[in-house]
Amino acid sequence: MVVANKYEMVCGLEVHVELQTKTKIFCSCTTEFGGEQNTHVCPVCLGMPGALPVLNREVVNYAIKAGLALNCEIAEFSKFDRKNYFYPDLSKNYQTSQFDLPICGKGGLEIEVDGEKKWIGITRAHMEEDAGKLVHSGDTITTSNESSVDYNRAGVPLLEIVSEPDMRSIPEVLAYLEKLVQILEYTEVSDCRLEQGSVRFDINVSLRPMGATTLGTRTETKNLNSFSSVRRCMEYEVARQARVLDAGEKVVQETRTWDEGQGVTLTLRSKEEAHDYRYFPEPDLAPLVIDREWVERIRKTLPELPEARRARLQALGLSAYDAGVITQAKALSDFFDAALSSYGDAKTLANWVMGDVTRLLNTNQCSVVDSPISATQLAELLGLIDKGTISGKIAKSVLEDMYSTGKDAGVIVKEKGLAQISDEGALIGIIDDVISANPQSVEDFRAGKDRAIGFLVGQIMKATKGQANPGLVNKLLKEKLS
Amino acid sequence: MSISREDVEYVAALARLELTEQETQEYTEQLNSILGYAAMLERLDTTDVLPTAHAVPLHNVLREDQVRPSINHEKALKNAPDGEEGFFRVPKISLT
Repeated sequence: MVVANKYEMVCGLEVHVELQTKTKIFCSCTTEFGGEQNTHVCPVCLGMPGALPVLNREVVNYAIKAGLALNCEIAEFSKFDRKNYFYPDLSKNYQTSQFDLPICGKGGLEIEVDGEKKWIGITRAHMEEDAGKLVHSGDTITTSNESSVDYNRAGVPLLEIVSEPDMRSIPEVLAYLEKLVQILEYTEVSDCRLEQGSVRFDINVSLRPMGATTLGTRTETKNLNSFSSVRRCMEYEVARQARVLDAGEKVVQETRTWDEGQGVTLTLRSKEEAHDYRYFPEPDLAPLVIDREWVERIRKTLPELPEARRARLQALGLSAYDAGVITQAKALSDFFDAALSSYGDAKTLANWVMGDVTRLLNTNQCSVVDSPISATQLAELLGLIDKGTISGKIAKSVLEDMYSTGKDAGVIVKEKGLAQISDEGALIGIIDDVISANPQSVEDFRAGKDRAIGFLVGQIMKATKGQANPGLVNKLLKEKLS
Repeated sequence: MSISREDVEYVAALARLELTEQETQEYTEQLNSILGYAAMLERLDTTDVLPTAHAVPLHNVLREDQVRPSINHEKALKNAPDGEEGFFRVPKISLT
């Protein structure tokens, strides 16, 4: 991004993702969200003296899986380290993390902004434990006289994904985050519930004069948990740094915090006060050796990722836009694929999924996972249209009935007698009646007024409550009148 | 390699330790003596030796992802200096 044609922004991100294991990273306490304070705790996650951590195998599996989906190298040898700091959100006075030998090495992903593709590098991703939650007695952290601590979250497994400083604009940052979260959601290593804090973002951003090749001084703003906060925070911070530089001053390297209410970033701690974490190898945890066989076993569990799905749907005739909408969330994409396995016309299916099905779900505030209409049921309905059993118009009302009753399309069509009348014998009689009741229209048609036939078809449809097969009616009527 | 007074003061500050003048002096000497002893290792040729990540020759000590009961409030807070309504309570937090 060019800030007033003077500066270019440079941004790198750290993303913390909660892995959706059943238990914590180093103990068997549940990771369930919520729960009464300090009820999901034990001597290990409370940091009691003598308590010994044991690594959760599933955390390693998820870290490998996420790493593979993000094109990262998986380290054959990695280990845990202690990151030492004093803050009551962790009771041990250190966080167990990974320092110089993380589980995932270099990787990256491709983003697209305004039709331009760009590769954003990932430096590394490592496993660590989440911290507890502080509840301050005062309005803000600085005015509180005391704080209450809940350690239910302490020890919940996190994967911290660190990007290269490759992003040059806010749209690039948002594209990277959206893509990253989408991939993580597809791999199902995390539930990716942003509103519950399952994914948190730290933004490192600096400005430099246009054309400069060295980096400017950066600030780090921590703990954002929505895309809109990231956008607003960056707009503010970039403008703030530009003002500092415009005034001929220097940006102070510091950690900042985003105040959502005021819409500003504030100093949390400056570099002089920055922590010296004195990392050292965690003696209570044995190192990890991950052989190729383990990596390949996990690779087999990787789902088809969004990009591949989009390409597959486009190959089936969907537009880039439609393929993008369908694959945006894994749940909808899975629903589409399940329906596609029993109904082959991808384009028609996409129209129904994106149109009537989505509209029904939205009106009823229902997620696709809880949809009362299953993918197979939808496929059956569309099959009925193709077979000529019902018209597209009738199908829409059948779909609504399916939603409210959960019944199969075929059952509803039968119960309500909605099947199209495609039996020539049954239609001939009705057509004869309509012809004799409307001699004027018949005459008009014979006199060359083509529109008159439309009126007659309408009368026949009316007489059959819309159930006559329109194509067949047209054909028979023309035969009668010619 | 030697440890200066400033190093000792810096490390003490990080560890939230308040040292007297005499203690600072004493620890500077002691730490230098310890490091001096360990420096004997530098005489060994370690060209082909991999850095040691862990002193015990073990790897992949893992557990299955199965929930086990946690402990109750009473036990959790038993040794806490201060607590209320199931929360641990800590004094004012200074960020610096």
